[in-house]
Amino acid sequence: MANFTFDDLSRILRDSAGLALDPGHDDTPLADLGYESLAVLEFASRVKKQYGVALPDEAVDVSHTPREILTTVNERLGLT
Amino acid sequence: MTVRAMVTGLGVVAPAGVGAEAFWAAARAGHCALGPITRFDAAAYPVRLAGEVATFDAAAFVPGPVIPQTDRFTHLGLAAAAMALADARANPADLPEYGSAVVTGASSGGTEFGQHEIERLWREGPGSVGAYQSIAWFYAATTGQVSIRHKLRGPCGVLATEQAAGLDALGEARRMLRSGVRLVLAGGTDASLCPYGLVAQLSTGLLSAASDPSAAYLPFSPAAGGYVPGEGGAMMVIERADDAAARGIAPYGEIAGYAATFDPPPGSGRGPGLVRAAMLALRDADVPPSEIDVVFADAMGAPAWDSAEAAAISAVFGPHGVPVTAPKAGSGRSYAGGASLDVACALLSIRAGLIPPTPGGGRPDPRYAIDLVSRQPRKQRIRAALVLARGYGGFNAAVVVRAPSRPE
Repeated sequence: MANFTFDDLSRILRDSAGLALDPGHDDTPLADLGYESLAVLEFASRVKKQYGVALPDEAVDVSHTPREILTTVNERLGLT
Repeated sequence: MTVRAMVTGLGVVAPAGVGAEAFWAAARAGHCALGPITRFDAAAYPVRLAGEVATFDAAAFVPGPVIPQTDRFTHLGLAAAAMALADARANPADLPEYGSAVVTGASSGGTEFGQHEIERLWREGPGSVGAYQSIAWFYAATTGQVSIRHKLRGPCGVLATEQAAGLDALGEARRMLRSGVRLVLAGGTDASLCPYGLVAQLSTGLLSAASDPSAAYLPFSPAAGGYVPGEGGAMMVIERADDAAARGIAPYGEIAGYAATFDPPPGSGRGPGLVRAAMLALRDADVPPSEIDVVFADAMGAPAWDSAEAAAISAVFGPHGVPVTAPKAGSGRSYAGGASLDVACALLSIRAGLIPPTPGGGRPDPRYAIDLVSRQPRKQRIRAALVLARGYGGFNAAVVVRAPSRPE
């Protein structure tokens, strides 16, 4: 199965919020990187469409870091 | 001592041009900026003309990420707000945390953004509707985005009274200053030239179906056949007179009087509320009709409405009792932005000592008994201007704009 990579995360966040994710902030919450709740909602919606995995609100929110989100998405990909 | 509300900065985004200077240059020349709709293919629609803000580059005024998150009406509002703050040389960070606020007028909201989301809904299903639709359509979107961008944390708001909203926003701004706010960014913008937006407007039956821009929107003319829709608007920085003086800013003028009324229901036997709004605004400003040197008309451009407005003006000033002008005949009725553009125009007229003409160049219907400034501008020292606005559905508003007094 395909891995969800940092580049995928950055691309979809850029498509969602108009703001690409800079590398080097793996443990910074998204809220501190310029993303608000609607950006994350949009991100979850696009991941569902492109990868088929559901990301409910508690799974991904603005308090989560890039590292945590990559882990969450890849775990859920592994489950399908 | 009553707090006096002074306009210290102007930001204008109009069909005739971006920026107050471009707007005024076109207004004083009676320039007609109406033309065929280009934002979508309107060939099959009964209305094919509009006043579009043709040369607007959102990226020059709006932070990159915000552009796809918001509708065009908010892009225009953010641009106008930034220009107004720069024009006023105002820095909200210099004020107490809750000392600055923003209030806009709203009407169409984010129709073009919503149109695209509706298209995705029906083409791809609910999962494809974007999350930002939740805020982009909303009539308070511009207030919210301006507040966020410029950190205006005071009592922000929005008034949804269609074409009257720009004046109602100024009334609210003045109330805010009187309750302790130090700086208010007030005004409105509108942008509804998309299929969904235009169809909504068609339902009033008031839009002109003419195809010649120079003869399509003729307020007070015997040939009046409706109005042309427009985009754009203006934002203004409003401050207390003593704050403006302390900052060394020469104001454009004062929001000296404001009133709003609502029409009675059909069949009540009572007339429309515009004349009462005008009289109440004059009383509020403590300015008699004889000291009003120009009226900026609401100018619906449809016969029954023109007749009612002319009657209201005559009731206050007497037949041919005051110069009347409608610069919006050259840029369209811009709903949430329209009355703000009129106030901006009034302030610039005061500054120039010149009444801009009503584009279209026609003689008004003599039965209206109004002195319509048309064909060319009229030199006139303007002590005070009355701006009138009617919002579809029964809203009326009037503002008295007074020239700044000599240095205090």
